[in-house]
Amino acid sequence: MGTVNTILAFVYLLAAVGFVAGLHLMNSPATARKGSPLSMWAMVAAIAATIAKMGYDNKTSATAWIVLAAGALIGGVVGLWMARTVKMTAIPQLVSLFNAVGGGAAAVVAIADYVRLSGVSASAITTRVTVSTVLDVIIGAVTFAGSLIAAGKLQGWITGQPVVFPGARILSGLLAVCALGGSGYLLSGADNIAVLMVVLGAALIFGIAMVLPIGGADMPVVIALLNAFTGIAVAMAGFVINNSGLIIAGALVGASGSILTKLMADAMNRSILNIIVGGFGTGDSANVVVGAGGADIRQISAEDAAIQLAYATKVMVVPGYGLAAAQAQHEVRELAEVLESRGIEVHFAIHPVAGRMPGHMNVLLAEVNVPYTELKEMDEANREFPTVDVSLVVGANDVTNPAARRPNTPLSGMPILDVDRSHNIIVIKRSMGHGYAGIDNELYADPKTGMFFADAKRGLAEIVAAVKTLVG
Amino acid sequence: MSAGLVSDISIFVLAILAGFEVISKVPSTLHTPLMSASNAIHGIVFVGAMVTASQAHSAVGYVLTFVASLFAAMNVAGGYAITDRMLQMFRKRPLPRTDAEPSEGN
Repeated sequence: MGTVNTILAFVYLLAAVGFVAGLHLMNSPATARKGSPLSMWAMVAAIAATIAKMGYDNKTSATAWIVLAAGALIGGVVGLWMARTVKMTAIPQLVSLFNAVGGGAAAVVAIADYVRLSGVSASAITTRVTVSTVLDVIIGAVTFAGSLIAAGKLQGWITGQPVVFPGARILSGLLAVCALGGSGYLLSGADNIAVLMVVLGAALIFGIAMVLPIGGADMPVVIALLNAFTGIAVAMAGFVINNSGLIIAGALVGASGSILTKLMADAMNRSILNIIVGGFGTGDSANVVVGAGGADIRQISAEDAAIQLAYATKVMVVPGYGLAAAQAQHEVRELAEVLESRGIEVHFAIHPVAGRMPGHMNVLLAEVNVPYTELKEMDEANREFPTVDVSLVVGANDVTNPAARRPNTPLSGMPILDVDRSHNIIVIKRSMGHGYAGIDNELYADPKTGMFFADAKRGLAEIVAAVKTLVG
Repeated sequence: MSAGLVSDISIFVLAILAGFEVISKVPSTLHTPLMSASNAIHGIVFVGAMVTASQAHSAVGYVLTFVASLFAAMNVAGGYAITDRMLQMFRKRPLPRTDAEPSEGN
């Protein structure tokens, strides 16, 4: 190892330490803001050191410098523009898009290296190169195509309903055979760019076929899984080009994505395999029954809800994605402020899958200035519910259904928010429609529950107005 | 198997374990910024794009360099920008309200 390579390796090590420390600082909202700049400077150092090394080696052609700079400039500006302008409700799409380009870039790096080595001589392609190239191309291509489909679904360009067509499994099987067969051929020592392209094509179509049948409700799991894939693809690219920086950073992302995938799948009470193969995770609830469906539910008005809330001492708001879909974050914040100005303690109970990606609801509430100290995780919230006077459920359904505690229901075993343990419950809902699980929510029939049938945004605004009239 | 490959695999496995340790301590409140931050970190693939550039000497090489550079730069720049934007929103106390709203605080 020459001196320059040694210095470069140490800079990569330093960058890796920066990434780990940056992630470590995210263990509390108070320190998280310092983590991001630390990680960013680590990245700047890794990139700057690589530029210096390229300059020192002086082997990069002028054309390559120009092409690299042009790509970086265009990509950087587009990325920054998207990140600056995206709405917080659209974060999952953007993260998915960044997963796609990250995985895509990793695959391209491996392809470029393979094409170059194949031009040098067949013996230049060692088993190590072939194995890591094939893995990188397959994982990177599946991530690229799958993430674009996921982003399209989240953006509403592709239907959120599961897209299932006859023979889909056979097609996926054939594609898998194609990709693995091609890989096996390459591993047998053959040096063939055309076969690598077949593997690439099969992996791309496989990625599309994998995500299309997955419903909107399962998106938090899918995004987390694709995030993990991207990390592994980048690590494989590191193996291809012998770069420890890529290996470490990719492994960290792979670990992070895997943990989040597991957490999300657990929170939905489903196995990852079950989600990928497709199950009850159908799109948004189409089951609309306007007005009171069941006979034994108690319907209340905005004024009734306002009286309960205004004279409570402790209120727990339980927001679901329906809140964000109705763009009612400002209204819910305003209600919390009005209640707090009366000395009422207000908290938000947030289920892990409330939103379209892990932790999404927290960001949506933080955006409208809800302090993070008021955001309670599931376990913490569940300890509080027995002392809560009024729980206000807005846009959440299955995650509040006590049926999950009993065996033999579609929700059995799913961790839920123990809303039914609070003294009183108000549910704002447009109709008696079912959640993704397709079963009645027993919470609605609870004698302590009052149902206020309204759109989340309008309903909350009416309650705010009623509270103000009441106490103003 | 070469010594280099063995040590690379060791690095890979240990980094995954370090990742598990660090990330399992992140509260679910911050899971979206966490995913976005890890998203930004895999933007290190830009270094891979640079290595590709340093070895490109043909039209195919240049095209692949451009694609890798474009994708990776979008990933790394956008990833850090959005993570930062989100983390700025996580505050202990609400910001003083600037937008005038009628009948506030009665």
